[in-house]
Amino acid sequence: MNNIIKIRKGLDIKLAGKAEKSIIGEINFESVSIRPADFPGLIPKLLKKEEDEVKAGEVVFIDKYRPEIVFTSPVSGKIMSVIRGEKRKILEIIIQKNDLNDFVNFPLLADEKSPEKIKELFVNSGIWPLFKQRPYGIIPDPKDTPRDIFISFFDSAPLAADYEFILKNNIEEINLALSKITKLTNGNVFLCFHNNSVLAKDIIEIDNINKYYFKGPHPSGLSGVHINKIKPINKGEIIWTLKATDLTIIGNFIKTGKYYPERIISFAGSEVKNPGYYKTIAGANLSEIIKENVKSQNARIISGNVLTGTNITERQFLGFFDNLVCAIPEGNKYEFLGWLKPGINKFSASATFLSKLFPKKEYEIDTNLHGGKRAYVVTGQYEKVCPIDIYPQILIKAILAEDIDKMEQLGIYEVIEEDLALCEYVCTSKIEVQSILRKGLDLVRKEFA
Amino acid sequence: MNFLRKTLDKVKPNFEKGGKFYFLHSTFDAMETFLFVPNKVTRTGAHIRDFMDMKRNMIVVFIALLPALFFGIWNTGYHHFLSIGEDPTFWGNVLYGLKKIIPLYIVVYAVGGAIEVAFAQIRKHEVNEGLFVTGMLIPLIVPADIPLWMLAIATAFAILIGKEIFGGTGMNILNPALTARAFLFFAYPAWMSGDKVWISGMMSGENIIDGFSGATLLSQAAAGSTNFVNGLGESLSVSDMFWGFIPGSVGETSVAAILIGAFILIITGVGSWKIMLSTLIGGITMGLLLNILEVNPYMALPWYEHLLLGGFAFGLVFMATDPVTAAQTERGKYIYGFLIGFLAILIRVLNPAYPEGMMLAILLMNVFAPLIDYMVIQSNIKKRIKRLQKINS
Repeated sequence: MNNIIKIRKGLDIKLAGKAEKSIIGEINFESVSIRPADFPGLIPKLLKKEEDEVKAGEVVFIDKYRPEIVFTSPVSGKIMSVIRGEKRKILEIIIQKNDLNDFVNFPLLADEKSPEKIKELFVNSGIWPLFKQRPYGIIPDPKDTPRDIFISFFDSAPLAADYEFILKNNIEEINLALSKITKLTNGNVFLCFHNNSVLAKDIIEIDNINKYYFKGPHPSGLSGVHINKIKPINKGEIIWTLKATDLTIIGNFIKTGKYYPERIISFAGSEVKNPGYYKTIAGANLSEIIKENVKSQNARIISGNVLTGTNITERQFLGFFDNLVCAIPEGNKYEFLGWLKPGINKFSASATFLSKLFPKKEYEIDTNLHGGKRAYVVTGQYEKVCPIDIYPQILIKAILAEDIDKMEQLGIYEVIEEDLALCEYVCTSKIEVQSILRKGLDLVRKEFA
Repeated sequence: MNFLRKTLDKVKPNFEKGGKFYFLHSTFDAMETFLFVPNKVTRTGAHIRDFMDMKRNMIVVFIALLPALFFGIWNTGYHHFLSIGEDPTFWGNVLYGLKKIIPLYIVVYAVGGAIEVAFAQIRKHEVNEGLFVTGMLIPLIVPADIPLWMLAIATAFAILIGKEIFGGTGMNILNPALTARAFLFFAYPAWMSGDKVWISGMMSGENIIDGFSGATLLSQAAAGSTNFVNGLGESLSVSDMFWGFIPGSVGETSVAAILIGAFILIITGVGSWKIMLSTLIGGITMGLLLNILEVNPYMALPWYEHLLLGGFAFGLVFMATDPVTAAQTERGKYIYGFLIGFLAILIRVLNPAYPEGMMLAILLMNVFAPLIDYMVIQSNIKKRIKRLQKINS
């Protein structure tokens, strides 16, 4: 094993409430949601309207500008409601489940080797949106052939679900999925494991598959970091990324011809009574476990991790990509002279709090901003938590100035929001790094469209 | 605290939009956020944020400056009583020092604070904590006897021209505290240089004992005498220089006190050790170089004594490390620091017009910092371009 890469820059935020490695049960849900905002840059066009019946795997809406990309229902049921926001923008489509379990049956891929055929089936079944394209972090264009495909086999984010635990019974599906995915690129498929992975040895090593092993603090599990360390992306190149947990959905589809986005999710955080794992599907309504398993009313429920996830306190639906739901205390309270206290219970990347003396302690961190927004003053802070070889703060400034040339030169192609989420976390000036980066990515994408 | 919170909540609507004191909203906001960390929660992006904020950052610098301030208060009194031939007592020194230095702070914070609040009001943003540190610094880098009206003008100049016209804290090119000092230095040289200004009371000249000299060690060196003496003509040792029993600006004399501050800045990570280290190396390099060339007595001054004299240590720890005006890239910080140290000693020894070079070296490098960053970032950009060319060829 000489493909070991050690990540030095980064930060592990030690949150209390890690999930026990056991499956508590299956979540009973009445409805599922598909949320266009889970897919950056997507403008949906509905093919179904409220009250329409759908089968699992049947198209609900398509991408307005790339109509070949479809989004299918994960369950059989009926479109309960289409929630719209400003300018009638579609925010969410909610599908009520029925007990028919009616699936669209797609042809089996079996021995299919043609990338065109494989892609076609992936696209038609609604599996396609699981793939992410770099640059921009959008759904890839099926007509493209990527330089390489990167698959991350671990999640290093705070409270993240343990992929090794989730995937241990799905080796067959993973290998099946990989056998098809390897056909989609003329380059390599890089599988990126944690250094301590026991799963790695069971994963096939055929054709163009390359295994790499990473160690070090978050964001060592992000594809953005893997790409930068193994083979950086250049202007004009396209790379696709997947998470290992998506492979089981793909493998299952290849095996059965059915679209069934099953997810094993970790429910964790200091506001969870009994942190553990649940079986469910992408988009499922989580009210049952939120009602049963959350300590207080004043908690924020997040689909995804605390750095990049979506606030679902009101909506309570699991996101399309997520394997983790967190509940942490809301920080909607004042603290007297908070900035002056020694801070034994205040976790910080900086060494200005006494908490630094207790490196092993786990913390209950709430959603308070812990300060006001300021112009940039402190420097070098972002670089300490960003292992990708770019200058994040300078890049953010270039985006604020809307200087597209500069953004490009500074490597905006190499990052998406999650890669700079830690920068946002540590920022003394409380700059909204992720939303600024998204603005920059959209600008660049529009410029070269 | 509940009572305080309730009172604030009660009066708050008056300061919000539509309230009768809306024109004071920034002031209210500054007071409120000083007392209470606000109840604002995250809306976009990361749901949790570090406890570190600008107030925390600035309070650390503030605390780091306290040893230098305390020593400066004592030292002001000590040299005053030395010059009038009285036997100084510890508390006598402190009391005299306080009498001199408290007014400096009142003037700086009043003038600076008024401008800062006015701009926050106009620009509709929160009052920035940067002034907190700038205001702490300015009195430490001027002679204790500086007339208060000059200090007021210099502070106003520094905050307005040095900072606000660029867009406020975080946008400025020059270190505001040093801008104030440079303003005083060029506008009122009689009060910022010479042999009298550094000892409190000497400019008015009352009760000064005959033959007492207020020359700083640097001006003694510039005059060609490196066997340093105090005002009474008694010789001063290296340890006197280290502890700071020498005349100078209020906070700059005691390297020991400054090192305590440096320690605080480095362990908390608030001040860049890279800048401090490279400035030190730059200073040592120039000192050694001069020692080797040695054509006059000043150039023969041992390199380590340079580090103990004038504003070198103070500038190194508290001025060069100002993150806004320093180089922003980590590699750039090494270059930036090295050149500051190198130039400071160079100006000090070889330029007859300026007895001390630290202020000018830092201001000069403030101006060059963006260029250094540009070069460092350009190398990162070139790496990316090269990678692309390799693929295309």
